[in-house]
Amino acid sequence: MIAKFLKSREAILLAAVIALILLVETRFAGFAAPSNLAGVFNDTSILIILALGQMAVILTKCIDLSLASNLALTGMVVAMINATAPGVPVIALIALAIGMGVVMGMFNGILVWKLDIPPIVVTLGTLTIYRGVIFLISDGAWINAHEMSGGFKAFPRAEFLGLPVLSWIALLIVGLFVVLIGRTGLGRAFYAVGGNPHAAVYTGISVGFTRFMAFTIAGGLAGLCGYLWVSRYAVAYVDVAGGFELDVVAACVIGGISIAGGIGTVGGAVLGALFLGVIKNALPVAGISPFWQLAISGAAIIIAVAFNARGERSKGRVILKSAEHAQ
Amino acid sequence: MKTLTKLAAGLSLGAALLGSTAAMAQDDDVRIALVVKSLGNGFFEAANRGAEEAAEEIGNVEIIYTGPTDTTAEGQIEVINSLIAQQVDAIAVSANDPDALVPALKKAMQRGITVISWDSGVAPEGREMHLSPSSHELIGQTIIKLAADELPEGGDVAVLSATSTSTNQNIWIEEMNKVMDQYPDINVVATVYGDDLADKSYREAQGLMQTYPDLDAIIAPTSVGIVAAAQAVADAGKIGEVNVTGLGLPSEMAGAVESGASKSFAIWNPVDLGYATTYLAYNLATDQAEAEPGAEVGMGRMGSATLDDNNEAAMSEPFKYDASNIDEFKSVF
Repeated sequence: MIAKFLKSREAILLAAVIALILLVETRFAGFAAPSNLAGVFNDTSILIILALGQMAVILTKCIDLSLASNLALTGMVVAMINATAPGVPVIALIALAIGMGVVMGMFNGILVWKLDIPPIVVTLGTLTIYRGVIFLISDGAWINAHEMSGGFKAFPRAEFLGLPVLSWIALLIVGLFVVLIGRTGLGRAFYAVGGNPHAAVYTGISVGFTRFMAFTIAGGLAGLCGYLWVSRYAVAYVDVAGGFELDVVAACVIGGISIAGGIGTVGGAVLGALFLGVIKNALPVAGISPFWQLAISGAAIIIAVAFNARGERSKGRVILKSAEHAQ
Repeated sequence: MKTLTKLAAGLSLGAALLGSTAAMAQDDDVRIALVVKSLGNGFFEAANRGAEEAAEEIGNVEIIYTGPTDTTAEGQIEVINSLIAQQVDAIAVSANDPDALVPALKKAMQRGITVISWDSGVAPEGREMHLSPSSHELIGQTIIKLAADELPEGGDVAVLSATSTSTNQNIWIEEMNKVMDQYPDINVVATVYGDDLADKSYREAQGLMQTYPDLDAIIAPTSVGIVAAAQAVADAGKIGEVNVTGLGLPSEMAGAVESGASKSFAIWNPVDLGYATTYLAYNLATDQAEAEPGAEVGMGRMGSATLDDNNEAAMSEPFKYDASNIDEFKSVF
């Protein structure tokens, strides 16, 4: 069991994250201190939540590029509601954010399911549509910190047992995903649909519906993140989380979730997001020239992916060999 | 066909002559049209207030505040054509497009109308002069002065910029560095780049406070960066220790000034801009000054504008906003 874990991609990634943290510690003392690591985790929470949603979608051989736009639109809507009607309780706004996200996810899902349009095209379209709607409803104006109510901004920052609520929400979602992916029929259907869609049909799984559910779940999580993002940074504008969809896909890919579908774990997605989160938080304090930072981020992604690609290939060979032996 | 074009040309020439004589026949009020990017924008409403203030000071000036309802060049061309028909004395335009307006404005100049651009410029052939709200030198000097004014004993400051390739921010930082010898006790310890993304700017600001525990101020000459840095300072519980300053909009910075994360910041003052524009338009329209390189044109209480080789001038250093005036301006722009 332990030997198997040590060989797994998660173990290697975990080692890489720890090595990275220690490396940064040599350049900037205090980075590996528990309080700072808690801060890094908190900062990465939104990426973790979105990476899990994206993972569900990628497992079914699809991709959702509209997550960041979905996040930005829900964030803008809840911020505008809060600015005009500060009396609306935060819990209602969170419910609304999740609801809006779910609807936008379902829209993607329906197009993929019923019209059979390739997911990359659908979500590339909705990426721009959702972003455009933000401009239409806000007229390009910002919602600023002083227009948001105190409770709206305080919720993700509130401390509970030493960690901010934002971190607890991420941990809760991780827990739910472990159950969803490992212990429910839908979770197993994600793997079946992505691993071999044709075989999945013969086992009685509706490929289209499973994909629809994956998009819906990812959308709901993006909606939740919309509120979290806007309240954490206390500002909402058209370009919120611009380009974040690529970070989310990168986190999944680094975490060993195969773009071809059917391969990946919750632990991988979380570690992939943490790996990016550590890099993002380390670069500002490591005293590295900003001109190198982009190159370093990019190189880290390519190295991780190259590593994963190798891992996947050798695993394939092993399966074939064991199949030969069995015969 | 050829005769038809000739006829049309002759007619328009005739109309032009008629137009200019008609303009001379107007009563002696100087009518200055302030053409803005779009109506209903707080920034331009404030500029109009400044223009009215200047009109009152001068006396015989009538301000026509106008513009399209949405920020399009076509809308502005329509407005300019109707102003030409009304034979105003001067048009001062903040352009939605530097080139698209040129033909309409050229037509206005041929009719003897004084044309200047302000805030957002028009290509040189479409105007007599352009008034920028500020210049690179003045902005660079202002951002370090804002930080230094709060640090009489000196201290460490860091710059949080947009992207490492943003031309404007790089020039401003360069201009800031040129005047650093005036502030011997101020050390610029780092320049970091938040890429004009709220989350990256926030993280960079956090990183600055961790790397330099004695940091006294963060200068962010970008509106996304300054808001994110103020939020990072507030979240780190360092209000009062680290002052966030730079360039931002009053509506976006009101919360940061209120919480004390930012003691002051700067941006152009639209009231002054409208005021100065009106004086320039008046002085050029009444031939009290000529728009040519090197000329000095009066701007009332704002001093005078010196035109450069492109007939462009800068009004003043950015205006400082702090707790004393933020409430007045936060609803303006």
